[in-house]
Amino acid sequence: MTTTFEPELRVVPSAPPRVRDLAREWLLTRDHKRIGILYFVATSLALALGGTFALLLRIEHLTPGPTIVSPATYDRLFTLHGVTMVWLFLIPSIPTAFGNYLVPLQIGAREVAFPRLNLLSFWIYVFGAAFVLCAMGLGGLDTGWTFYVPYSSSSPSAVVPTLVGIFIVGWSTILTGVNFIVTIHTMRARSVSWMRLPLFTWAIYGTSIIQVLATPVLGLSLLIVMLDHAFSWGLFDAARGGDPVLYQHLFWFYSHPAVYIMILPAMGVVSEVVSTFAHKNPHSYRAIVYATLGIAFVGFLTWGHHMFVAGMSVFDAGAFGVLSMLVAVFSAIKVFTWLSTLRNGSIMLKTPLLYVFAFLFLFVFGGMSGVAVATMSLDVHWHDTYFVVAHFHFIMVGGALTAWLAALHYWFPKVTGRLYSERVGMLAAALVSVGFFATFFPQFLLGNAGMPRRYYAYPPEFTALNVASTLGSWLLASGLLLALFGLAHAFLFGPPSGDNPWRSRCFEWRTASPPPAHDFEQVPSFELDAYDYTTPWPEEPPLESSAEEPS
Amino acid sequence: MNELADHFDSPERQAHAARLGMWVFLGSELLLFAGLFTLYGAYRAKFPAEFAEGVRHSTKLLGSLNTAILLVSSSFAALAVEQLRRARRGRAVALLLATQACGVVFLVLKFMEYSEHFALGIYPGGQGRFFAAHASAHFEPFWTLYFLTTGLHALHVAVGILVLAFTTLALGRGSFGPKFIHPVHNATLYWHLVDLIWIFVWPLYYLA
Repeated sequence: MTTTFEPELRVVPSAPPRVRDLAREWLLTRDHKRIGILYFVATSLALALGGTFALLLRIEHLTPGPTIVSPATYDRLFTLHGVTMVWLFLIPSIPTAFGNYLVPLQIGAREVAFPRLNLLSFWIYVFGAAFVLCAMGLGGLDTGWTFYVPYSSSSPSAVVPTLVGIFIVGWSTILTGVNFIVTIHTMRARSVSWMRLPLFTWAIYGTSIIQVLATPVLGLSLLIVMLDHAFSWGLFDAARGGDPVLYQHLFWFYSHPAVYIMILPAMGVVSEVVSTFAHKNPHSYRAIVYATLGIAFVGFLTWGHHMFVAGMSVFDAGAFGVLSMLVAVFSAIKVFTWLSTLRNGSIMLKTPLLYVFAFLFLFVFGGMSGVAVATMSLDVHWHDTYFVVAHFHFIMVGGALTAWLAALHYWFPKVTGRLYSERVGMLAAALVSVGFFATFFPQFLLGNAGMPRRYYAYPPEFTALNVASTLGSWLLASGLLLALFGLAHAFLFGPPSGDNPWRSRCFEWRTASPPPAHDFEQVPSFELDAYDYTTPWPEEPPLESSAEEPS
Repeated sequence: MNELADHFDSPERQAHAARLGMWVFLGSELLLFAGLFTLYGAYRAKFPAEFAEGVRHSTKLLGSLNTAILLVSSSFAALAVEQLRRARRGRAVALLLATQACGVVFLVLKFMEYSEHFALGIYPGGQGRFFAAHASAHFEPFWTLYFLTTGLHALHVAVGILVLAFTTLALGRGSFGPKFIHPVHNATLYWHLVDLIWIFVWPLYYLA
């Protein structure tokens, strides 16, 4: 059935809802869908903030010398950008917002296993995020998002309050991970067995394992830095027998798997979008599942490649290099599976698929540069240069952010029951992709030419490429703003989408859009597989007149 | 708390979910201490003589007494769950209270240990006259790690006592019946973890 009014109006049908009631219903909700939306709003604000910092950084680099900020402010800005983007946006974005909304729908449950804990995680996140931003806004922090000792133990900036905030956010990450693992284990509808789980849910499962096992190690490393800064414990102080590189080992034992916390959910989104818009079974469901678990596992064994120049035996460097390349093997399995799913599919070219095309190009590009920097001999040349900055932005922005946008456009009708303008959406997708490439491709060249990261000034011969990068960032920002405008317009004025505008067969589409308060009027039998597009399905809605008939 | 939350279709499923949640969380806790054990390994490899000397300085009697106390407390906790399964609520409450009492004794002994170290001029971070007197060797990593590990463990003991206290309170009010014991079971699982970690801390800092 098609519902065009907003969900909150259905909850309070009699009188127009009062602001206070509405606030209570939303802010204290235990409904996984609403918590997902709350997370979406919060993490999007973090994205806007982190993006603004990035734009300022790029403007600073328009000229070789001082442009708009002082060197000290520049240090604080890139730290703010990194911390905001990594902990407040990228790590929580897809799992908390889309994962919360969709995982129960995809497994035929009416809730997550621990709804109250879910709400608590959200408020812990908000509290921690506010703590981080206040600490960094008022006190400033200039260590970079990696907080390397010894500088972080003596930096005269707000180290302790910021780390306390990140520590708090870490709790939210762990509790969310626990909740998803238990939900997927215990809340599946009777017929949804493990090997019938939608691929996005598998991705969230793999991500949750990393969240639960890696985050405590980050907590420990941050705790030690805090004790050092506040009470001079000096566990990593070389003068007292400590080893500063040990901090890096502990930090990257978390922070490298954290990359997979960002990219695995993104890959889950891509798997869904590819299958839906090709109207075709994934070429190999099992390959994607095993590759997801493979990345989650091997991701724990690659951290050493961040320390190739910090003093490491040739054997260790080789081992970490090979293990890092294994991640590329699993990723390549996924990429080829997506490509062969698209091949001969009944392609319906809509905005989410366009973002996925951008993802495939940028992710492969970023991934290949990742194989390059996982090779010690090459990394020595590129270490701490813009080459590395470009590489991880290709994965985190070109990969994770692009997939986040794909998810946003793919599930927008599911959440709002409305359709957006494809024309605006596609234009925005094109702007984002081109803008992204223009921003970060020059940084590969800059890094290869020797421009170090986190430097305030640069030699004049790097000006042209830096200007190109800055112009690209404006294009990227305009694309994001256009996407925001398109969706905001659709949210207010968009035409009703119907329950299943993409004609997807995945489980979350087998209920109304937006779903009723308890997810399903009646839990469906899920007899038909989530990706079975060959069996005729009587419940499938008729084709829209605009959509093309698959041949 | 006694009834079934409406998103679960059976009490068994709800109990299963709660237990699994606790186990996964305990896995997370293990990784926290795994980081500390890693640091121990790395620094012990770097300063074997200083670590051996540090172990000789540790308060073996109090540390070993604490091991015994935690082991006894853990068996009290396990017995409490068993008594609850047999619907003997009074005994379960008494056993849980005994568990908490052991925890408090543990913390008191730990505090006495710390004050002995402080009296010798051993403070975390290599501060104090002990380190000034031994400036030629690097005793700092051993003692800083010792204070960090046992301090974090003591914090877990304190949290465990609080969790058990709230559980006992709810049990005393009659919130959990014989068929609804997973909150008690979960609280004791957490307590066993605290015990288990100490079983590794004890040989590393007191015996080896």
